Amino acid sequence: MAQSQDNTQEPVAGRAPLIVGGYDFRSLTEAVAVPVERKTPIGWWFFFLPSLAMLGLFGVSIGWLFWEGTGIWGLNNPVNWGFAIVNFVFWVGIGHAGTLISAILFLFRQKWRTSINRAAEAMTIFAVMCALVFPGIHVGRVWVAYWMFPLPNQMDMWPNFRSPLIWDVFAVSIYGTVSLMFWYVGLIPDLATIRDRAKTRIRQIVYGIFALGWRGSHRNWLHYERAYLMLAGLATPLVLSVHSVVSMDFATAQLPGWHTTIFPPYFVAGAIFSGFAMVMTLMLICRVLFKMEDIITMRHLENMAKIMLLTGCMVGYAYGIEMFIAWYSGNPYEQFAFANRALGPYAWAYWIMVSCNVLTPQLFWFKKMRNHIGWLFISSILINIGMWFERFVIVTSSLHRDFLPANWDYYQATFWDFASLIGSFGLFFTMFCLFARFLPLVATAEVKTVLPEADPHQGEELVRVVPAGSAAEPTPQAAPAGGGGA
Amino acid sequence: MGLMTLDVPEASAGYSHYGVLARFETAKALYRACEAVRDAGYSKWDALTPFPVHGLEKAMGLKPSKLPFLVLATGLSGAGLGFALQSWVHILGYPLIISGKPLFTWPAFVPVTFELGVLGAALGAVLGMFAFNKLPTYHHPLFRSKSFARVTDDGLFIAIEAWDPKYDDRETAEFLSGLGAVEVEHVPIDDPAEDGEPGGAG
Repeated sequence: MAQSQDNTQEPVAGRAPLIVGGYDFRSLTEAVAVPVERKTPIGWWFFFLPSLAMLGLFGVSIGWLFWEGTGIWGLNNPVNWGFAIVNFVFWVGIGHAGTLISAILFLFRQKWRTSINRAAEAMTIFAVMCALVFPGIHVGRVWVAYWMFPLPNQMDMWPNFRSPLIWDVFAVSIYGTVSLMFWYVGLIPDLATIRDRAKTRIRQIVYGIFALGWRGSHRNWLHYERAYLMLAGLATPLVLSVHSVVSMDFATAQLPGWHTTIFPPYFVAGAIFSGFAMVMTLMLICRVLFKMEDIITMRHLENMAKIMLLTGCMVGYAYGIEMFIAWYSGNPYEQFAFANRALGPYAWAYWIMVSCNVLTPQLFWFKKMRNHIGWLFISSILINIGMWFERFVIVTSSLHRDFLPANWDYYQATFWDFASLIGSFGLFFTMFCLFARFLPLVATAEVKTVLPEADPHQGEELVRVVPAGSAAEPTPQAAPAGGGGA
Repeated sequence: MGLMTLDVPEASAGYSHYGVLARFETAKALYRACEAVRDAGYSKWDALTPFPVHGLEKAMGLKPSKLPFLVLATGLSGAGLGFALQSWVHILGYPLIISGKPLFTWPAFVPVTFELGVLGAALGAVLGMFAFNKLPTYHHPLFRSKSFARVTDDGLFIAIEAWDPKYDDRETAEFLSGLGAVEVEHVPIDDPAEDGEPGGAG
């Protein structure tokens, strides 16, 4: 890590390299493929086994829930939504950074995304998996969970498409499907790389099947790149819609503290904020564990820190404007809900949220802090804690004191609430460990395109600068190499 | 759609070779060579690279992909079916008056219509790309070549197929060498008796 070249400063002439360490095509393939091919490192077990244990806890807590019912959670009458919904919103939000990196930054031609997009997309898929568990298990009568889908049935009964909860089913499941397809399409060329390097028959067959016989044909790349671009274009509005729809679960209710028009953009900003924090946590570990400090460089980390600063400020603004509108509305119920949020029984959660989400990223105004590995790691954890609490505050502090004071109660999470939260992290990290072990962590084919030698016109820009006075810009390769005398 | 078929036309019957495979050292050399092959009038040929070389479709004279039209069609179908499903459910299938609202509450149908439109378009993009590219194609004569395994690592190749009208075993190979290819070889056509080996490990 220490000897890595600093690419966070733009040089006076030209541009700073996106990846450092003097990679060429071959050494880059090597750097990404070897972790998939070598013997499992001890460090991987160090992460995998605890994750697996947590996943086991998830299984136990879900099994107990199915046996006993939602009474094992700390839910009570005003607080009918607890950890299950908090965790659901939290995990959907985590996923958003992956799509932002893979789709939105792709459309904006932010080429630095190539080093981290594969892992970020994988993270998206695993986060959506975690998220989808909760609406599935929290319905109480799990054996009728299929009622969420418009399936013909003997009762001639159909879901109510006017309900945001049904919008949510569609938004999140389609988001998961599209993310999975996007990720897989990106993986195909790299799976072919692993296939072609395979030393054993089993690897050849397994990776070969998933590589679909990809052979890098440019007639294929033509459609492939077009499909990729369109998937990016589709995923962009999709990801913005998903957390907007999630926010409407709350915003369309009449409950003070939920009934707010700011929710859709506020939720999307928060989702990207927390997702980037999670990408940061994972990348800081992976780049050390898989010795990829020159591919996932300081510049990538710094760019992510900048996005965290931006989205953190947006989230802070949303907290402020919520308070302002509550006061400005003149609605006593709104005013009470927000005063209660900041000063009531859940004030501790509110102030954890504000200090983690608003104060923590402010240090990223300083380059020194954006380049400080230790602080990046700590802040990414703090932000994720803060973002989990944001959802906790929204859900519980709004519910626990609604219109009728006789109904008021305090929601106290039980052991099984925490077990399902910790368990969902187990599912997430188990999946991520398996991904990091068996699939190429970096989109090799895409990173190769940002190496200088991938440019078919390398060095020709210099030629173009010399006749600066000429009007029409001549394409340097216009002269045909007319050797066609067959 | 013949997804599993080999990407070799019927015309290949009677040819002893799939064609000539030439490896180039740099993306720049490959780009120049593609322009030359295009200008020489070859039509049954391909460039094979580990990553999409920027702008190579121009050098190869390829037309833009037609995929967007398919995606538009599947996207609109998805959205249309989604809207129809919701309208049918609320007007005919299960007409319930909720909160005194009309049965045809189209603004409430917008989110699901949008989501299903995106799903249709994304499925169209991925499955359409597979169909246009004839994926999966697990068996291909090029996998016979030993050096071709580099195509997913650092190898930049041009392959000219034997059934191209301008193809000549010797002249085409010399033509490609003249363009700066560092390796030129004739690729045998598949022997149907022999089992295919993905990855071309020999």
